[in-house]
Amino acid sequence: MTFELPSSRSSDLWQPNRQVSQISEGVAKSLFMLFALVSVGTTIGIILTLIFETIEFFKIVPLWQFLTEDRWTPLFADAHFGIFVLVSATFLTSTIALMVAAPVGLLAAIYLSEYASPGVRRWLKPILEILAGVPSVVYGYFALLFVTPLLQKIIPNLQGFNGLSAGLVLGVSIIPLIASLSEDAIYAVPRSLRDGVYALGGTKRESITSVVLPAALSGIVASLILAVSRAIGETMIVTLAAGQNPRLGFNPLVPIETMTAYIVQVSLGDTAAGSLAYKTLFAVGMTLFLITLTLNVFSFWFVRRFREKYE
Amino acid sequence: MTVQDPKKNLFTQPLSSSLFTANLPQRYRLDRLFVFFCLVAIALSVLALAVLMYDFLTDGLPRLNGQFITSFPSRRAASAGIAPALVGTFWMLFLVAVIAFPVGIGAGIYLEEFASDSGLSRIIEININNLAGVPSIIYGLLGLQLFVRGLEPITGGRSVLSGGLILSLLVLPIVIVTTREALRAVSDSIRQAGAALGATQWQVVREQILPIAIPGILTGTILALARAIGETAPLVVIGALTFVPYLPTNLQSPFTVLPIQIYNWISRPQPAFHDNAAAAIIVLMLVLLTMNATAIYFRNKFQKMRA
Repeated sequence: MTFELPSSRSSDLWQPNRQVSQISEGVAKSLFMLFALVSVGTTIGIILTLIFETIEFFKIVPLWQFLTEDRWTPLFADAHFGIFVLVSATFLTSTIALMVAAPVGLLAAIYLSEYASPGVRRWLKPILEILAGVPSVVYGYFALLFVTPLLQKIIPNLQGFNGLSAGLVLGVSIIPLIASLSEDAIYAVPRSLRDGVYALGGTKRESITSVVLPAALSGIVASLILAVSRAIGETMIVTLAAGQNPRLGFNPLVPIETMTAYIVQVSLGDTAAGSLAYKTLFAVGMTLFLITLTLNVFSFWFVRRFREKYE
Repeated sequence: MTVQDPKKNLFTQPLSSSLFTANLPQRYRLDRLFVFFCLVAIALSVLALAVLMYDFLTDGLPRLNGQFITSFPSRRAASAGIAPALVGTFWMLFLVAVIAFPVGIGAGIYLEEFASDSGLSRIIEININNLAGVPSIIYGLLGLQLFVRGLEPITGGRSVLSGGLILSLLVLPIVIVTTREALRAVSDSIRQAGAALGATQWQVVREQILPIAIPGILTGTILALARAIGETAPLVVIGALTFVPYLPTNLQSPFTVLPIQIYNWISRPQPAFHDNAAAAIIVLMLVLLTMNATAIYFRNKFQKMRA
């Protein structure tokens, strides 16, 4: 059997223009590669911006002064530049946030992946997504005008701006992050491990606490680290609720100023480019960037190093 | 699949009695306690959202009316409104959609479809992961130096365009990651079929892969847009104004957005302004929830198409 190819006629109808195809292929490829490189450019831009202005800052303020002084008053005539004043505030609010969000987020994740029926899950997941999507300025409103007055009824000497309510609401804001990332990690633990516990006579709780959670530990820890990193970089809640009083120490009842709140405070003022106040923005930003970057890199490394692989 | 029948006699026989007691009632009690705590945790999260919404709804609803939407900021809380902030927010929405969508989707296509698993694409990938973890306020510092100062002749300084650019850079990693996930979900057989018919890679992506992946891409990108609209910190840093008595008319106009207007009202001492802030929060949340609903609509559509 032979086919007769309708050679001459078909070429009239269909003439693929290979050259155009190849050119458009090349254009698309190189254009999209350029787009992908925008993200690398962003990173380089961030790092160069921070490094450049930070070097300028350290030409005026020596590094040891930055690291050892116990006051942060860069805008006053008697200027001091102790970064740990701001770092201690950030540490305080983030620690309170983690103390709220770690147990709640983790238990919520366990409930979602181990106990909730599919119907309940379908309702709870979007609620958590909405909670995750609430803008931080709204959380700030909640912290300053609802949580603080409420807490003041219980703790009379709580001041109007304080690290406690900022930290608590900051914790609420990172619950969805911990819950969803931990749930992914718990969900990835294979069913056979749970069945193994049941076969040995274990209860459901025992399968969770003794087998599932250890197996998912790398993912859970990574989610906690990422959440802390998020809390450290969070701005509006702490700016609104914790105040703008740079103060060294860990008293949660008094106004403090975190690194992010300081950046906002200076940005709102009329700061001339090139002034020392302008340069402090970048020195504080650099400190913030280094802390969060370290945490992020550590969390990626942790997952890679300790992930349990199941076939 | 819990242990149904303790089979007590089995465990209480001499064999095990000395070393091992099943003690099931006690263990089941702990089980119930554990479930209870899990439930409390999830209830707390839901309750937090409910109280939060109740709080700004009760404070803000009485203040929300036509005058509030169409008025300009004022020193008197009762006659102040959100017109410039709302317009500014829509400017941001528009600019991020125009800038971040093509760039992010293009980058996602490149990484997922074109790039070989080479050094460069690995670097870009690690880089995107790290960018997603950079605090938004740091992007503000980049914008301050690059767009507001460096490119001032083009952007006009503290302008709508600077704001749009910096928010676009901020959400770019999210757009790229969701684009890649949506493309990855498309079956490889379609790519192979396209290649077998002699189509170039770009033709396959354009004509076959993208139409299937687009709802998934839209879901993620709309959520990214919602994130951009709620951002305050980077725009405060690049110097978006807190008092704008006019509407931004072009790309180089100074501007404000809803979150900054809200921030400004919250930080004033008079309670009347706090109610204004609550009313503005309602408007902001309405915009965001609408976007979320749209995203969920596209997600359901996407899941149906794949099923």
